[in-house]
Amino acid sequence: MTLYTSTVVVPRRRPQAWKRAGANILYAIGLPFVLLVLWGVWATVAPAKFFPGPLVILEAFVDTWVGPAFWTDVLPSLGRLALGIVLSVLIGIVAGTVIGLTRWLRELLEPLLEFFRAIPPPVLIPIVMLLMGITDAMKVAVIVFGAVWPVLLNTIEGVRSTDSVMTETAKSFALSRGERLRFLVLPAASPRIMAGVRQTLSVALILMVISEMFASSSGLGYRIVYFQRNYLIAEMWSGILLLGLIGVLLAGIFTLVERRVLRWYHGIKEVDRA
Amino acid sequence: MTLASTRARRTTRKVVLGTAGIVGFLVIWQLIPTLGIISPEYLPYATETLARLAMDLRDLEFWRNVGRTMTAWFLGLLIATVAATVLGTIVGLIPFLRRATHTTVEFLRPIPSVALIPLAVLIYGIQIQAALVIIVFASFWQVFVQVLYGVADVDTVARDTARSFGLSRAERVRFLILPTALPYLMTGLRLAASVALILAITAEMVIGTPGLGRAIVFYQAAGDWVGVYSLVIVTGLLGLAINLVFRYIERKSLAWHQSVRGEEVL
Repeated sequence: MTLYTSTVVVPRRRPQAWKRAGANILYAIGLPFVLLVLWGVWATVAPAKFFPGPLVILEAFVDTWVGPAFWTDVLPSLGRLALGIVLSVLIGIVAGTVIGLTRWLRELLEPLLEFFRAIPPPVLIPIVMLLMGITDAMKVAVIVFGAVWPVLLNTIEGVRSTDSVMTETAKSFALSRGERLRFLVLPAASPRIMAGVRQTLSVALILMVISEMFASSSGLGYRIVYFQRNYLIAEMWSGILLLGLIGVLLAGIFTLVERRVLRWYHGIKEVDRA
Repeated sequence: MTLASTRARRTTRKVVLGTAGIVGFLVIWQLIPTLGIISPEYLPYATETLARLAMDLRDLEFWRNVGRTMTAWFLGLLIATVAATVLGTIVGLIPFLRRATHTTVEFLRPIPSVALIPLAVLIYGIQIQAALVIIVFASFWQVFVQVLYGVADVDTVARDTARSFGLSRAERVRFLILPTALPYLMTGLRLAASVALILAITAEMVIGTPGLGRAIVFYQAAGDWVGVYSLVIVTGLLGLAINLVFRYIERKSLAWHQSVRGEEVL
């Protein structure tokens, strides 16, 4: 019997597992690969001025961004972006918690906050430029002014909708204010906060690029516009590629952090669904 | 009776406090340049800015600019929504496509649309098409992803029931998939509407297609800061109006829905 199963079942399962992994990889890279090949073939068969082939762009990418440009243009941009994101998230969570927990403050500020959130962030660039001059601090300020709202409003909303039974329970167990904040309010608000952070990330990236396109002589946004104005098409594409990579990287980091922070929440949802 | 009166009192309180907040903000704004904390050259008085705003409202060119911005916004949103709904439904309903496109979508989605500005300028120059490329790219993904989730969210029991009742494919789309996906579509539409406005104005500022964004840049170049501030307020009001309208549409169209969806799906 054992001989029978081992000879029949084991060899059957192995290839299946391999096949499944192979299929997954094929599905994952199949379409991007086909698209790239099509693009490459198209670019060689019918060369269009503004659409160089992927290999040309890759070459331009290495030439343009690997080397000193990385230190003078890419890294400062990323630094400002990171600083802007961290400040937005911190300010958003702290202010959002305070506002969310104080009812009169919330009602006082609600219409104002709705209005400020609705302002398209790029229009603030001229004003922040006027008030702060064209400095690094100004670019960070632009990012914060535009990107703080999703975290702030989602934190308010999340803090406010803390389960009232749990709040009462925490009170009757005589948890101190700090303890309640740490163990009840912030965890309860965290799914909302993370949803806000996700929006903040994409707004911040957009603002980093525009603030540099608008008022700068260095940085990624400036470089890309410079390439375009000088008809350095492949270099321009390589800049777009780099921005895309940064976007994907940010999204990846966010997913990792979110999975860590909201592990308990996803667990509950999983149980709910089952 | 008491419940209704408490509720009424709460609403009054909300309105009073909210108004107080706005008035307080305006007073602080007026005081900052008056007390010389920031020179009135850089931060014009609130009264001056509001007066300018009132003057703008009587200006035909102002309304033309509003019209141009809203045209780009509307066209971009329309194209993005139609394309995203159709593609999202097809991709969402066919498991093969869903699996095959997953990585491509995950890679394309986070690309900031402003990165495409130089490309759009090269291809279309200073035309509305250049702005549309950016608006459509940004708002497409908002709707597409929501539709994808929505179509996949069909309740398995409901699906099996529909199948055993012998509903045709068209009937299943009409009575099963559409109602399930509609809340998601509405959320996507609301998000896309505000994103589209941001990019419509960004495109006008950076590319220079006519509209409110370009007017802001012109005022800035001319050193007319009161004009800049008043237009910033206008864009904020536009954004607010769009938010409120789409939230209203969302609530109306989902009045039948048990749980009007929370913000988690963002």
